[in-house]
Amino acid sequence: MLTNPEIEAVLISLQVAGVALAWILIPGIAVAWLMARREFPGKALLDGLLHLPLVLPPVVVGYLLLLTLGRQGVVGQWLNAAWGVTLPFTWQGAAVAGGVMAFPLLVRAVRLSLEAVDPRLEAAASTLGAGRWRVFVTITLPLTLPGLLTGGVLAFARALSEFGATITFASNIPGETRTLPLALYSLIQTPGGEAAAARLCAISVVIAMISLVASEWLARRARARLQGRDA
Amino acid sequence: MSLLELEVRQRLGDFSLELGLAVEEPGVTALFGPSGSGKTSLLRLLAGLDRPEQGHIRLNGETLVDTSRRTWVPVHRRRLGVVFQEARLFPHYRVRGNLTYGMPRHLARRFDAVVELLGIEALLARYPATLSGGEVRRVAIGRALLSDPRMLLMDEPLTGLDGARKAELLRYIQRLAGEVEVPILYVSHEPAELLEIADTLVLMEAGRVLAQGELDALLQRCDLSEALGGFDAAMRLEVRVQAHDTAYGLTHLRLEDGQSLSVPTLQASPGQRVRLRVPVRDVALALAPSAELSYRNQLAAVIDQAWAPPGDPTTMELRLRLGEQMLRARLTRHAFDQLGLVEGQHVTALIRSVAFAQREL
Repeated sequence: MLTNPEIEAVLISLQVAGVALAWILIPGIAVAWLMARREFPGKALLDGLLHLPLVLPPVVVGYLLLLTLGRQGVVGQWLNAAWGVTLPFTWQGAAVAGGVMAFPLLVRAVRLSLEAVDPRLEAAASTLGAGRWRVFVTITLPLTLPGLLTGGVLAFARALSEFGATITFASNIPGETRTLPLALYSLIQTPGGEAAAARLCAISVVIAMISLVASEWLARRARARLQGRDA
Repeated sequence: MSLLELEVRQRLGDFSLELGLAVEEPGVTALFGPSGSGKTSLLRLLAGLDRPEQGHIRLNGETLVDTSRRTWVPVHRRRLGVVFQEARLFPHYRVRGNLTYGMPRHLARRFDAVVELLGIEALLARYPATLSGGEVRRVAIGRALLSDPRMLLMDEPLTGLDGARKAELLRYIQRLAGEVEVPILYVSHEPAELLEIADTLVLMEAGRVLAQGELDALLQRCDLSEALGGFDAAMRLEVRVQAHDTAYGLTHLRLEDGQSLSVPTLQASPGQRVRLRVPVRDVALALAPSAELSYRNQLAAVIDQAWAPPGDPTTMELRLRLGEQMLRARLTRHAFDQLGLVEGQHVTALIRSVAFAQREL
C-alpha cells in the first residue's frame, strides 16, 4: 500500500518531530516558568525573541540557522570541533529546525497554564516543608499538565509539518532529511506523483488527527483529576 | 524562654504593622482584632511568607528572622503548620495524599490517630473537590498537624462556614487543642470563637498590640470591652452541672460560690464542669431579687468596678463579683445613675437564660 520511500518519509518525520519535542521540552518549561513567574530586565526583549519564529518567514529562520549552526557558523564550527557534530543536511539538523519553529508554541501553552496555577497552593506546600524543587515537581508541574499536553502536541505537530526552515537548513535528502512535507513537495514536483502525494496527504491528516485526539483525551483526564473526579 | 517571641515592623499599604509579642504558654493563643488590624499579615511574617522590614522572630529560642543580623529561615524549614483561611488543599492529591504531603516518616504512626481525631477516616480516598466546606477545613488542619509543626497557625479557619458547621469544626479544634501538645496560634475576629477556644489572648488594633495576657483576665477589663467585640463582648463563667429538668428542658447549674442558675438543656452529665459564655449585653441589674420579673436567673453580686467609656455618653460598663468569678454587665448611664449604683454595692445580676453557650472542661 505504501512504498518504501513513503514509509521512510513517515518514519523520518516522526523521528525528527519526536527528537525535536524531546529536546525543547525541558528548556521550554524552564523558559515558560521564567516568563510566567519572574521579572527581570530584558524580559520584553526575550518575549519578542521567543515569538520571532512564529512571525518570521520559516526560510529566514532556516537561513539564520545555517549562518549560526552551519559549517562556517560560529556555533557550528564549535559543535564540529568539540563534539564532531554536523547539523546541516542531516536529520538532526531537521530536528533542530523543527524544534526552533515549535519552541514558541510550547512556551506559550505552558506559560499560560503556569500563570493559571494558584501560587497560594505553592506557598501552602512550602509551609509543609517542601523546598522549591519539590514544590515545582509535586504541585506546579502536575497542575500545569493540561497545558503541557496541549503545548506538547502543538509543538510536535509544528515540528512534523515544518517545511521552510527544514529545507533551507537541512535540505531535502531522501532517507535523511526528507520528511513528510518535503516528500509531498517532491512528489508534486514530479510528473505522475499525484497518487503518492494523495497517500502522503492522507497519512498527514491521520497522524494529525491521532495526536489531537490523544492530547484532548489526556488533557481531559488531567483536568478531571484536578477537579476531583476519578478519570 | 518564650515559645514565641517577636518584634516586627512592616509597612502595609496605608498602615503599618508595628508590634511585639510573646507567647509563653502552650495551649491556644488567640490573635484577635477587627478585619484589617494586621492579624493575617502577622501570620504571614511568622510563616515566612513575607519578610519584615525590621525586627526579629524567635521560636523556641531559634531565630527565624533577624533583620539586624540578616538571619532568615526560609518557609519550608520553619516547621510551622499553617491552616489557611481558604484551606488550600492540593486538588490533584486525594485526601490521603494531602495529609501525608508534609509528613515526616517518624510521624507515620500518628497518622491514624490524627485522622480519627478529626473524623476524616471516610474521606481518605476522595479528592478535595468532592468535600464539603467543613471537611476541607478538617483535612487542612490534619495536613498541617501531620507536618510535625512546632506551632500550629490557624487563620480564621471557620470563615465561610454556616452556623452548624462552624460549631462542629470548633468542637474538633477544641478536641485537638486538648489532645495534641502543639501550641496553637488562632486568628479570629469573632468574639464567640475566642471564648470557646482561647487560653491566652493577643488583642490587636490597627497593626498594634492593644493588650495581651490570659483571656479571662483581659475579659474582665472594662476598658477593653469595645475592642473585645463591643456589642458581642462576653464573659466566661465556670459552673458545675447539678441536674437536668426534662419537663421544662432545663439544666440546673451551680456556681462555685453556691448560687444556682438554670439554662436550656446542656449536653453534659451531672457533676461535670462546664464553661458558659455570657454576653455582656445579656446581663441586667436589680437592686434586690424579685419574683415579679421574668428573669429566672437572679444572682447576688457585688459591683467591683464601674467604668464610663470616654466618648460614649450612653454606656456604663460594670464588673461584678460572684464569689471568685467575675461577670460583666453593660447598662445605660441613665439607668446607672437612677438606680444610684456605686462600686462595692450589693446588687442582683439578672441573666437571660438563653444567653448561654457551653464548653466542656
